[in-house]
Amino acid sequence: MVPGKTTLPMMPLGRGARRKNSQLPRRSRRQPAETGRRFLDLRSGEVDIKHPKVRHETVLPVRAPNLTMQYPQVQINHHYARLWTGHDFYPQFPSFATCSKELKECSGHVFVDSVPEFCLPETELIDLSTVDVILISNYHCMMALPYITEHTGFTGTVYATEPTVQIGRLLMEELVNFIERVPKAQSASLWKNKDIQRLLPSPLKDAVEVSTWRRCYTMQEVNSALSKIQLVGYSQKIELFGAVQVTPLSSGYALGSSNWIIQSHYEKVSYVSGSSLLTTHPQPMDQTSLKNSDVLVLTGLTQIPTANPDGMVGEFCSNLALTVRNGGNVLVPCYPSGVIYDLLECLYQYIDSAGLSSIPFYFISPVANSSLEFSQIFAEWLCHNKQSKVYLPEPPFPHAELIQTNKLKHYPSIHGDFSNDFRQPCVVFTGHPSLRFGDVVHFMELWGKSSLNTVIFTEPDFSYLEALAPYQPLAMKCIYCPIDTRLNFIQVSKLLKEVQPLHVVCPEQYTQPPPAQSHRMDLMIDCQPPPMSYRRAEVLALPFKRRYEKIEIMPELADSLVPMEIKPGISLATVSAVLHTKDNKHVLQPPPRPAQPTSGKKRKRVSDDVPDCQVLKPLLSGSIPVEQFVQTLEKHGFSDIKVEDTAKGHIVLLQEAETLIQIEEDSTHIICDNDEMLRVRLRDLVLKFLQKF
Amino acid sequence: MGAGQDVGRSCILVSIAGKNVMLDCGMHMGFNDDRRFPDFSYITQNGRLTDFLDCVIISHFHLDHCGALPYFSEMVGYDGPIYMTHPTQAICPILLEDYRKIAVDKKGEANFFTSQMIKDCMKKVVAVHLHQTVQVDDELEIKAYYAGHVLGAAMFQIKVGSESVVYTGDYNMTPDRHLGAAWVDKCRPSLLISESTYATTIRDSKRCRERDFLKKVHETVERGGKVLIPVFALGRAQELCILLETFWERMNLKVPIYFSTGLTEKANHYYKLFITWTNQKIRKTFVQRNMFEFKHIKAFDRAFADNPGPMVVFATPGMLHAGQSLQIFRKWAGNEKNMVIMPGYCVQGTVGHKILSGQRKLEMEGRQVLEVKMQVEYMSFSAHADAKGIMQLVGQAEPDSVLLVHGEAKKMEFLRQKIEQEFRVSCYMPANGETVTLPTSPSIPVGISLGLLKREMAQGLLPEAKKLRLLHGTLIMKDSSFRLVSSEQALKELGLAEHQLRFTCRVHLQDTRKEQEMALRVYSHLKSTLQGHCVQHLPDGSVTVESILIQAAAHSEDPGTKVLLVSWTYQDEELGSFLTALLKKGLPQTPS
Repeated sequence: MVPGKTTLPMMPLGRGARRKNSQLPRRSRRQPAETGRRFLDLRSGEVDIKHPKVRHETVLPVRAPNLTMQYPQVQINHHYARLWTGHDFYPQFPSFATCSKELKECSGHVFVDSVPEFCLPETELIDLSTVDVILISNYHCMMALPYITEHTGFTGTVYATEPTVQIGRLLMEELVNFIERVPKAQSASLWKNKDIQRLLPSPLKDAVEVSTWRRCYTMQEVNSALSKIQLVGYSQKIELFGAVQVTPLSSGYALGSSNWIIQSHYEKVSYVSGSSLLTTHPQPMDQTSLKNSDVLVLTGLTQIPTANPDGMVGEFCSNLALTVRNGGNVLVPCYPSGVIYDLLECLYQYIDSAGLSSIPFYFISPVANSSLEFSQIFAEWLCHNKQSKVYLPEPPFPHAELIQTNKLKHYPSIHGDFSNDFRQPCVVFTGHPSLRFGDVVHFMELWGKSSLNTVIFTEPDFSYLEALAPYQPLAMKCIYCPIDTRLNFIQVSKLLKEVQPLHVVCPEQYTQPPPAQSHRMDLMIDCQPPPMSYRRAEVLALPFKRRYEKIEIMPELADSLVPMEIKPGISLATVSAVLHTKDNKHVLQPPPRPAQPTSGKKRKRVSDDVPDCQVLKPLLSGSIPVEQFVQTLEKHGFSDIKVEDTAKGHIVLLQEAETLIQIEEDSTHIICDNDEMLRVRLRDLVLKFLQKF
Repeated sequence: MGAGQDVGRSCILVSIAGKNVMLDCGMHMGFNDDRRFPDFSYITQNGRLTDFLDCVIISHFHLDHCGALPYFSEMVGYDGPIYMTHPTQAICPILLEDYRKIAVDKKGEANFFTSQMIKDCMKKVVAVHLHQTVQVDDELEIKAYYAGHVLGAAMFQIKVGSESVVYTGDYNMTPDRHLGAAWVDKCRPSLLISESTYATTIRDSKRCRERDFLKKVHETVERGGKVLIPVFALGRAQELCILLETFWERMNLKVPIYFSTGLTEKANHYYKLFITWTNQKIRKTFVQRNMFEFKHIKAFDRAFADNPGPMVVFATPGMLHAGQSLQIFRKWAGNEKNMVIMPGYCVQGTVGHKILSGQRKLEMEGRQVLEVKMQVEYMSFSAHADAKGIMQLVGQAEPDSVLLVHGEAKKMEFLRQKIEQEFRVSCYMPANGETVTLPTSPSIPVGISLGLLKREMAQGLLPEAKKLRLLHGTLIMKDSSFRLVSSEQALKELGLAEHQLRFTCRVHLQDTRKEQEMALRVYSHLKSTLQGHCVQHLPDGSVTVESILIQAAAHSEDPGTKVLLVSWTYQDEELGSFLTALLKKGLPQTPS
């Protein structure tokens, strides 16, 4: 047994639970507040790096609902940490002298002005130093890893696929790089005072565990965290302490994204998070291996259940073309990996027919080059179409050609080469999609004043209204085309029909329609039996009872077993064996031969002769037919046998031997003088009529 | 069927727990007749191969491991799954096509497989990831391990139940300039099938060999000679290219290096796209600089061979048995200033093998005799494990037995003895067509009820239970499910009642004391005699030893005799009969 062994699959937070406030109604525009922005004149090639590129930072917590699964031998925790969007403030804003420096108002919204901070996964509930294993589902789900591996006493192993680790590293590297460029030296902390926070407008007032929010990790911590990851491949069976086996399966959502099977020999739990049934670039989702699950934990569904990703891509392209044709620029705030590959592929097919071949596409990120290069080397993790390209051999993604033909250019930042090459109108892909830091801030400031320009939101993690709030008022067009390829509720019910788990476990939000669309009964999980739901910091007992464990019978022992057929098709064999247990593996070995009696040599103490009562005799079953028994007795030389009937059976009297045998349906009692020979003879005759177990 | 005490046409049939798996399907470079392909009639005399074989596994793309595949699947006929890694699947058809072209177009062979057959054959391929457990059917599973050697080379574990075989293919235990080292976990297979190309060699350090190689190349070009390096398009070639490229860069040399046409660029492209299969260093730096984009190495044109002045040419194939390398060799062989460096193993019968064994007059096609005046050098760059590496792998995997293939009989014999000595496992080296049968004694997995297991484990944890404890239970075999439960549970499940068998023996003792006193004496006697047993004196006057009940009673007729009634169940028989015997001896006289 391994008490306290714990496994932590990681999944995104923002992605795991549906955002409560993602359906915010559009608010009326307020009068601009003078904020003294600095513009960067990129056209002139001058970039003033001394001035802050980031303004009015909203604190960005990483929210972490936590799910603890009790698996009898192994405790499994699903943590998900994910960048969480900043909150809007309602305009009725009282002034607080104590922290007025931290709070800024813009267009009637109030923001905390601080270096960005992140909310960690729930750490109060469990002692992370007792966690043995963390399973990572995809590269979006590992952003909090350095906090756990570096500062909690965690000493276990982290499992992830190679693309997950490589691209996860890029995402972290970008984040660290962006945050390092934020010039604010101080974190705002005064507003976190409980007495003050409670007086703040609603969303801020409700922010959880603000005191645990932390500043971004360093690259050193990232490297150290990543060095603790053990690389695994799809369908690889990983033994944990001999007690459970975990297996990653393709989840179809991102390069290297995985669902996990956690199973013992008799129980199977599937952890399904961030999965997609759509055909994009990753390997398709492996559904068959999820079958026969006792419990299926389902999370990481789409944030935007009502939007069709295909339609959104179409809208994205047409809006982009429209803007550029009118001489405007297009800004696409995005992560440096993932959907961007699909967008570039669509544009590759689209630009010539839309007459956009002369428009430059810029991809600006400290990891832009690495991301584009890495995408080309994970052939084995790609969908079939892309895989077969590699066999030709051609790069699997067409962005290689876009780069070769100079249509797509990538830069580590807006400084240096970019300022020389920059031409307008153009299309810029850059981060961070929250619009709170990164090069995207420059472009918002540069292009926000002109209605010719358009910003197109494709990442579903952040509410675009919240993201835009500190930039208001904006003349720039805003298009919301969230592309979220993860499962929607129709696909979920299809999946569950296909996979048929005995029980479904999911976050509470999935068991009811979204608050803003309470009439949409189709926007929730519908299955039989109804799903078990959990919420943040809740411990849930999974509904299965372990009854069996695997044990191996050594061949020598197996040879010695004598099975007998009790009922048609059912055979029994009694087993007496020595149990050996090592590393949670159980083996039965044949019992040692009884030592040869060393008779005569030495007088031993009486107690040495005491038989080992641990030699167990089998149980008996059956009943004894009196007439046949008497006949048998006679055959074996007993005479003068008398049979008396009793209320429950019979008494057989062997008068000569002064012996009495009580026979009832379920018992036999032999009462005799102390004559061992006689007793053993009678015993053997009785046993002839009984079955041993 | 191949590679038995020989190098070439690797092909091994493994029957394991009722499953039949064919490992590799290679051709032999030394032959041009029937012996070139394995004899598939060994597999089955009658009936289709598809019915007999559960799957085919190809370890890597070298032709001596996959060269007969289209012949096997399309001409002999096999429609089942063929497993190989992604890079192997990508590169294999190209080498097969190349091979076909040489055989058909240049040598004019008829009845050879066609391009279409190669394509059809590749459609039967299922690509596997490293470490992925592929379920071929409900019982048979295979798993690939990294083997080094060439891009995409893998070792395969074939497993049915608790029996397993590991087939190494060709492997390399030391990382080189572009690939990593082979690795296998401690999977304890029933059998390890290992290649043994370098069964007796323990190679000096790679660095020395590299220095030697560079020195020789450098000296030759310095004196204006031409260097020919016959290689296979993929594998060693890339390693040597990286080596020369860096050397040229460092020494600022201007002498041209060429790589024979065709595969070069394509090959390098494969390396680029499958960079995850190369070694750590290349993988780490590929974003900044792709090691497979060469500056100094240019494509070769046939006309260049007659150019004056020094040059270095990598030409295919590696054993000088056909193609461009042989053509260039014939042109340059007459000049003692030139040099040919053989960086890999050469199969018997090839020109490469002949010149390496010292032959200097070669009979070519059409009775021509070619005199070899150029210098011939051999540099072991082929990425096979040497004796040390093979021993290392055996140590890693901890197999029950070892079988050697892909090597020469004499060398194998030496290694066989060494393995048997060092690891105390049996080691085999069958010739082609020979069958080795290994008895295995698999243990039988059954389900044990958790209640029974926990009960036993709890008792096993008690400190006084140092003696071996016996677990007693009942194995229920129903259909194919085996469950071990406690006897009580078995009875319950089958709806049977327990039949209790009880014995009561009368022990007559001469004693005039009262029954109660008698019982007390029995108690103290047993208590002192049977240490380690639970002896109790109950309020009703009876004595128990574990579950055995002893009562004292007066004799109905003789007041001077007391009767001890000892009663026990069948399950406690030993102790019961021991007690009666003990009591029969009488009770010790108490002092006072």
